[in-house]
Amino acid sequence: MISDVETKARTDAEDVLRIEDISMSFGPVTALRSVDLHLRRGEVLGLVGDNGAGKSTLVKILTGFHKPDHGRIFIEGKEVRLRSVQDAREHGIETVFQDLALVDELSVYHNLFLNREHTAGGWFRFLKNKSMRAAARRYLDEIAVDVPSIDVPAAKLSGGQRQAIAVARATQQKNMKILLLDEPLAAMGAKETSLIIELIKNLCRQTDISVIVIDHNYTHLFEVCDRINVIQQGRVTIDKRLTEITMEELIELMVQSYRREIARSASGRVADVSIEADIEVGLATQTVQNEQ
Amino acid sequence: MLDSGEVSPGSPTSVTPEARAPRDLDAGYLPTSVVRRFVDLHLQEIVITVVALALILFFTVDSPYFFTSANAAALASFIAPIAFFALAEVPILILGEIDLSVGEVYVLSPFVVEYLNNHSVPLPLAIVMTLVICAGIGWFNGLLTVKVHIPSFITTLGTTFALEGIILISSNGAPANPVGSGNLVVWLGGGVWAEAYWMTAAVILLHFMLRRTSFGLHTVAVGGNSESARESGVKVDFIKIWCFVLCAFIGGLIGILDSYHIGSIDPDTPGLTFMFYGVAAAVIGGTALTGGRGTMIGASIGSIVLGILEDGFHVISVSSFAYDLILGIAILVAMILNVQIERATIRGAGHGSFARALSFVFGRRRKVAVRR
Repeated sequence: MISDVETKARTDAEDVLRIEDISMSFGPVTALRSVDLHLRRGEVLGLVGDNGAGKSTLVKILTGFHKPDHGRIFIEGKEVRLRSVQDAREHGIETVFQDLALVDELSVYHNLFLNREHTAGGWFRFLKNKSMRAAARRYLDEIAVDVPSIDVPAAKLSGGQRQAIAVARATQQKNMKILLLDEPLAAMGAKETSLIIELIKNLCRQTDISVIVIDHNYTHLFEVCDRINVIQQGRVTIDKRLTEITMEELIELMVQSYRREIARSASGRVADVSIEADIEVGLATQTVQNEQ
Repeated sequence: MLDSGEVSPGSPTSVTPEARAPRDLDAGYLPTSVVRRFVDLHLQEIVITVVALALILFFTVDSPYFFTSANAAALASFIAPIAFFALAEVPILILGEIDLSVGEVYVLSPFVVEYLNNHSVPLPLAIVMTLVICAGIGWFNGLLTVKVHIPSFITTLGTTFALEGIILISSNGAPANPVGSGNLVVWLGGGVWAEAYWMTAAVILLHFMLRRTSFGLHTVAVGGNSESARESGVKVDFIKIWCFVLCAFIGGLIGILDSYHIGSIDPDTPGLTFMFYGVAAAVIGGTALTGGRGTMIGASIGSIVLGILEDGFHVISVSSFAYDLILGIAILVAMILNVQIERATIRGAGHGSFARALSFVFGRRRKVAVRR
């Protein structure tokens, strides 16, 4: 049922990203156990799983923050090593982090170009503020993101605007091939959410970039994704195209794993099991109550 | 603001259809908005400049000797050391760190020059070597802070006492005379205005570094939010270590300049106190100790205010004991102002207009929108 991984990565040339047998542990805690994952060109892949399942570790590996203990990463068929954020960027991987990685004290356009400033003067790296302001204004208008002014510090933006700027920072890169979105819609209102979803959809329509989205909200995922991977306890356990699975089935699969989890820890440590609020809380709670 | 003419200032979050239309970059750039933008960005510097001018006016009215060329030279020699310490500390303070040891580096450096020169190293080379050694001390501070994760307050507290010990042991506690003579010495602080020239050059250079280079931008980014900076690929450790190196380097430089200016070097010089004058000047000039905020110009104006106070009290022959009292009050007032302005212009809801900031300063409390 759950344990059978449905597809073994079809290794065709269309894979822009392929991860093979990635393992990673932090001391005694194993975060990822032999994860295989692939991403086709122009595809939007949704990554779901509970807190602590290993999604964030996977993202951190792909952005060059962590080095995996074991396993290989291929981008467009070539094996790569991602040692730093800079490395990942050079390979065309852009990330929108959960905390957005904005600096409140810097202006919007400095945030957009942070660590990719337009500079002159070689080694001295003098800032070309005019050129950055113009480029920032042009790009934000192009993707219809509205901010009061590109000169205001990021602290003054609303939550949705901050989110939009964080996404815009990643997407403005010309050489971007893969976009990682780590819970891009967390703690956002309906209006901002639809704005970001629209932005992602537009991106995929207009360019051939590939996207990995991590989100807890299945409604959003089913709106933007082509394919869903479920990570449970450091493994990819489900890999389905959206045509092959309905939201109800996915929820059912997830809940079954919780049931099994609960059954396993029947000795009263039930409370340890984290329960996602947005997946049939009623059903899960009922099970917990039964156990107690 | 760039487009304050089009979007209503009260509601920057509103997404109106006309606000979405592409805009000309310079549209709405009326002269008034340029002034307003300047005031918004430099409120604290403006306030402190007004204070400096008021002090000048006060001392000029009070004493016929204040506004004279003879006193101007004295004033410069009061201001320059404070300004150098302030300039050295600003990048460190922006990072949210502190370097206590720069004062002792200041005391140490002329002794190193003397030692090297006595061991038959020619003076210019001895000075260069001393500056490298001073930078090395900063590098050590930075390395311990960044790589070993010791808080910079503790790291530099350790180096402060260690350096003090080295100075006392090597000098046997006896004052000495700075080595060298001739034109080089005149240029290095022996001349009446030499220190002032060096200071002016340093202010311009460092202001440019902080505001107009990638290094400066990254320093502010790391100070503002080091995690975000790291995620953006900024080399956080590199930036921090080099700020410590720069700080100690400036400390060594002003040590050499001041030794030739004063004409003697004293191992008992209270380096820690001097360093704190620099921090005080930086804070009065708008640098936030919590990181992310601070300017070289503000710090220089802060040092000018402190210099005027110190010099003015001498001129009108008020007991210099009062100086510390005034300094203390000035720091507190500056800090209160700092917090209020930051709330109004950086964190506050809506546009950081001058009026709104002033309404904060003068106590009409507004509810501040909580982010997230």
